[in-house]
Amino acid sequence: MKSSEQGAVKSGRPETIKAVPVRHPGRWAGAVVIVVLAAMLLHALIFNPAFQWDVVRDTLTNEQIIHGIWVTLELTALSMLMGVVGGVLLAIMRLSPNPLLSGTAWFYIWIFRGTPVLVQLVFWNFLGALWPNLSIGIPFGPEFWSESTNTLIPTFTAALLGLGLNEAAYMAEIVRGGIQSVDEGQTEAAHALGMSRAATLRRIVLPQAMRVIIPPTGNETISMLKTTSLVQVISLAELFTAGHDIYSRTFQTIPVLVAVSIYYLLMTSILTVGQYYIERHYARGANRTLPPTPIQRVRLLFGGRPTPKAKNDVVPGLEGGGHA
Amino acid sequence: MTDLSKTPADAPGSGPMVKSEGVRKSYGLVEVLKGIDLEVKQSEVFCLVGPSGSGKSTFLRCINHLEKINGGRLWVDGEMVGYRQRGDKLYELKDREVALKRRDIGMVFQRFNLFPHMTAVENVMEAPVQVKRESRAEARERSMALLERVGLSDKSGNYPSQLSGGQQQRVAIARALAMKPKLMLFDEPTSALDPELVGEVLDVMRGLAEEGMTMIVVTHEMGFAREVGDALVFMDGGVVVESGNPREVLSNPQHERTRAFLSKVL
Repeated sequence: MKSSEQGAVKSGRPETIKAVPVRHPGRWAGAVVIVVLAAMLLHALIFNPAFQWDVVRDTLTNEQIIHGIWVTLELTALSMLMGVVGGVLLAIMRLSPNPLLSGTAWFYIWIFRGTPVLVQLVFWNFLGALWPNLSIGIPFGPEFWSESTNTLIPTFTAALLGLGLNEAAYMAEIVRGGIQSVDEGQTEAAHALGMSRAATLRRIVLPQAMRVIIPPTGNETISMLKTTSLVQVISLAELFTAGHDIYSRTFQTIPVLVAVSIYYLLMTSILTVGQYYIERHYARGANRTLPPTPIQRVRLLFGGRPTPKAKNDVVPGLEGGGHA
Repeated sequence: MTDLSKTPADAPGSGPMVKSEGVRKSYGLVEVLKGIDLEVKQSEVFCLVGPSGSGKSTFLRCINHLEKINGGRLWVDGEMVGYRQRGDKLYELKDREVALKRRDIGMVFQRFNLFPHMTAVENVMEAPVQVKRESRAEARERSMALLERVGLSDKSGNYPSQLSGGQQQRVAIARALAMKPKLMLFDEPTSALDPELVGEVLDVMRGLAEEGMTMIVVTHEMGFAREVGDALVFMDGGVVVESGNPREVLSNPQHERTRAFLSKVL
């Protein structure tokens, strides 16, 4: 048996190295310190009566809070949708050779990025105080249709306008950065083939810009989820406002805010995981090997051994020849 | 009113493929082309050589209007590039009209410029489908035939990042040919390639020349110019220094500047 193995080594390729991996005693010592500190913190949190954990637990299942979660999610999704669509349009305008379009986009971004979103929320909510009626008609001429501003823009719409229009200004800069990250040779090649400006943007530039646009957009979504709490100033009953209503009645401010924060943390955690996998998806084809998933990373840290590669981590077609 | 941008003698298909009269181009205060006069005949392989910064690539890019000329006149197949002349006035062409003319002019770049998010065959199909509105099935079939012609039918499903430089440049040539151009522009097509991969690209270009394609080639491959070229122009400092039959110019240069350049590259 042994002789045949040696024979195989001699005739075939050299033996695969089986070495003892480097030990990391410092890591283990550090881990112990951190575990002790974490235990102390947990102890301080749990056994401090001021936190009133029973109130926290009751607040978590409060109907008003649950309703608030749905409003928060709805507001986040719609504001981000408005932000992304508006941002793409603004970015394209900003990069247009037409000075009127690029100037308009520049002005929009200047206004909406340069003033606090809190002010913008209040502004949209009190639009009725500035213009009591909105109407459609000939400019400076007769009106055909008119409606009260407060009917047209209820609180939810005001919140959506405030958050969405503000977000569009930020997204515009993100999308512009993405478009500008695409090599100019791509545009030239498309133009040389006779493709129009619009087709070049849609077919060639934007798909490549996506890799740069997606990660900060994920960031913006997570940020938006928490920014929605600002609509408390116009009394829209989302998650934070619901909490605010409860502790103004009960004066149990800290326990209620802890409960509200637990929900925010839960929602941002879900979004973070989603963002991670979307980024990983868009890295396909660009990176030769994909970064390890968090689970693989934890194993790597303590095991010191690389985990076997999952089958779907291999970029298709890179290993072997092409398709027939 | 007659359209003077079409000179009567140069109806499409009869006169020279490219005619340049005193073409000038500047970037700000720097004048890159200082009056280029030349003629490229139909089915000719026309080589542009010269040191870097001599303006040869810029001139090539003027031909399909990737660069706008500041002076002189430039015609492709009897039609003025980038402008329309009525009376003694020039009118700029709209983006759409420029795009329409570019369909007939294929271009191959030094850095390949393949679309990285598309496979080889998708790169070749893209313009026929998007610009000429060919059906996807028809375009795919034609594209596969073109890939076959450049020797890459087995790589049709690969992304550019999975191909060697030589393979990428051959896909780029197939992509340009998919629009059935009457003129092909090559901007240093082998300069970014490993030496051992240069041959496969030059082979494809040689094949094209044999089929009678009109080609303008900016190159440092003097062997290719000598063997395949019908005409050669040596440029330096934005002007044409010397021109003629490639074999004569390369073996017996008349100007001191040409001699100095060739002694370094040959």
